[in-house]
Amino acid sequence: MFGTKEPIARHTITVLVNNEAGVLARVIGLFSGRGYNIESLTVAEIDASSHTSRITVVTSGTAHVIDQIKAQLARLVPVQKVRDLTVDGPAVERELALVKVRGGGDKRVEALRLSEAFRAHVIDTTHESFVFELTGSPEKLDAFVELMRGLGLVEVARTGVAAITRGPAAL
Amino acid sequence: MADMDMTGAEMVIRALVDQGVEVLFGYPGGAVLPIYDALFNQDKLRHILVRHEQGAAHAAEGYARSSGKPGVLLVTSGPGATNTITGLTDALMDSIPLVCLTGQVATHLIGTDAFQECDTVGITRSCTKHNVLVKDVNDLAQALHEAFYVATHGRPGPVVVDIPKDVQFQIGRYVGPANIAPRSYRPQVKGDLGRIQQAAEMIRDAKRPVIYSGGGVINSGPAASQLLRDLARLTGFPVTSTLMGLGAFPASDSNWLGMLGMHGTYEANMVMHEADLILNIGARFDDRVTGRLDLFAPHAKKIHIDIDPSSINKTVRVDLGIVGDVGHVLEDLIKVWKAKQYRTQTKDLESWWAQIDQWRGRECLRYRASDTIIKPQYALQRLFELTRDRDAVITTEVGQHQMWAAQYLGFEKPNRWLTSGGLGTMGYGLPAAIGAQLAHPGKLVIDVAGEASILMNIQELSTAVQYRLPVKVFILNNQYMGMVRQWQELLHGGRYSESYSEALPDFVKLAEAYHAKGMRATKPQELDDMIIEMISSDQPVIFDCVVDKTENCFPMIPSGKGHHEMILGPEEDPVEISDEGRMMV
Ligand SMILES: Cc1ncc(C[n+]2csc(CCOP(=O)(O)OP(=O)(O)O)c2C)c(N)n1
Ligand SMILES: [Mg+2]
Repeated sequence: MFGTKEPIARHTITVLVNNEAGVLARVIGLFSGRGYNIESLTVAEIDASSHTSRITVVTSGTAHVIDQIKAQLARLVPVQKVRDLTVDGPAVERELALVKVRGGGDKRVEALRLSEAFRAHVIDTTHESFVFELTGSPEKLDAFVELMRGLGLVEVARTGVAAITRGPAAL
Repeated sequence: MADMDMTGAEMVIRALVDQGVEVLFGYPGGAVLPIYDALFNQDKLRHILVRHEQGAAHAAEGYARSSGKPGVLLVTSGPGATNTITGLTDALMDSIPLVCLTGQVATHLIGTDAFQECDTVGITRSCTKHNVLVKDVNDLAQALHEAFYVATHGRPGPVVVDIPKDVQFQIGRYVGPANIAPRSYRPQVKGDLGRIQQAAEMIRDAKRPVIYSGGGVINSGPAASQLLRDLARLTGFPVTSTLMGLGAFPASDSNWLGMLGMHGTYEANMVMHEADLILNIGARFDDRVTGRLDLFAPHAKKIHIDIDPSSINKTVRVDLGIVGDVGHVLEDLIKVWKAKQYRTQTKDLESWWAQIDQWRGRECLRYRASDTIIKPQYALQRLFELTRDRDAVITTEVGQHQMWAAQYLGFEKPNRWLTSGGLGTMGYGLPAAIGAQLAHPGKLVIDVAGEASILMNIQELSTAVQYRLPVKVFILNNQYMGMVRQWQELLHGGRYSESYSEALPDFVKLAEAYHAKGMRATKPQELDDMIIEMISSDQPVIFDCVVDKTENCFPMIPSGKGHHEMILGPEEDPVEISDEGRMMV
């Protein structure tokens, strides 16, 4: 039997799928139906000529659960490939956030100063607000959002993680 | 090639014929009328009109399971589609290849809550292996052929093709089945040779081995059953099997231990508990088999052969997993075994068999006989004796009668035993028998039933009568939902909440009302003659066998216990069931 005290780890799994109706529902339904976690999930077509989409799921579980997730994903009919970037890495992960901050005076100045330190771009501005665009690891985005809380944060939009292995080898 | 242009409805017929389909189970309705119209004009496909779409699904399952070919059903949108859900789920759980065609409202009406619209692909997504809504008539032929490919390749399962009514009317280009395979679905059939070599070594070194085989052997085809027999012969290993695997290994063989698991034999479960090597061939460590996981097979190394990689290490961690079709893997395993001239540990096996014989000596299937009342076990023993030269196909409903049938009917060949294992669907047996009878017109087909289960799809008796299918329904009538009563006795202080079969119909009159034959036996002395009368009838028969109301099904691993903690019979002291055990189903 599988121990219940095994350590839980975060894994980034990439899934190449045929871009057909219902494929995302199938993947999400698998996670909800079998009680697996989804921390983030992104999907977009990456090759229109071959109707291939790439799904990146960040999930967490024991080694056994992660193996099950991969095996269950692999047996879905429209799934072409499943890769665990956390195991097969090293990989780079990036996420994009849009962060709206409202206010004036010192706080406004401080927000702008911090955004430069994080190499965020200002993509919209008014006399009383900024929208910052920031890419980076989820942790970096978390840190930026945390800092903005005290400086007039009013809204956040995040894309979820896209990931790819380092080096010349391709999926 | 103008003859390849046809309506969507005609394409459906053409694709089924090209796929070698002979029988189609169905029920018409608004959203499939064009397909029914196309059926009207042809004579290659035989349509069997069921009386409820659940019946169509189970009949298709029975057809598939008994013939090795995919079962096909055709139903209308909305209620027609939703009525198939139980059958589709049943087929998914038991890995039965089905292709289910559902009508859908016209494409421009989808999403408008149109009359008899339901989100069929949404509803069936989690109870099918795959499903697809076809919105363009030019995609239809490909979708139909792919459905057959997916249903029958890898681990078999049900596939739904949802076809809007306008697509059935439109004209498009038909393509044949050649070379059609979905680009992303390529199940592995050959096992890894290095791993097979490793398996051979583990088999060679085992001192207390057991072969634990499952439905995968039957799904792989008759060759796999033969290879299983060869392997048992070569190694001299004892063989047990799951409920789904019965018949892959002959019950008359001296290496046969009987079924394992919750209502398996004492010897099979003790062998599992004491084994040092378990060779799982096409089974899935189901909870009915393993009992409490932390007590399961504590001394054994485990090898698991399965075509579905997600089955390996799902609930039980194994030492060696081999992904592949059972037939291919066994063939390679036997080749390696012979090429290396391996020998088993003869001395150890001798003492293992001596131990097994002691366990067999407990005679776990003994029961208290009676000459005034029919014991259900006795009824099945007589049924078995009187039909054993007939190579019968047996289906069952779900409950005590199902477990007794598994225990007391011996199966010599695969595809003769059709039962709802994973889902445990009451109402499976009669439609499944109809499907089996259609696949095997000359054969004796018997549904071993309970009086409660049979009422769940009794309407299919009308189907049997219409098509002159002489199926026999052998009801072990204990006037209780016996299996529920047994659990209430064991776990709920004998409070028989709602498990008494109140206001039962007179089954003899019921049969006669359907223009079938009805019979009733109440005494052990009349049983043989009446069974002979039943099996010699060329009509569908309902046999109301009135049995002991209070009999329980033993042996049994109580919930939350291990294989070595079986209760052998009613005379044993009541067991303490832990709170954890009560939680289990
Ligand atoms: C569709 C469905 N509903 C409920 C159950 C739960 N259940 C399992 S066995 C059983 C009783 C079956 O009674 P009967 O057919 O008379 O068989 P017996 O156990 O008496 O042999 C019930 C209600 C089930 N398996 N299937
Ligand atoms: Mg009953």
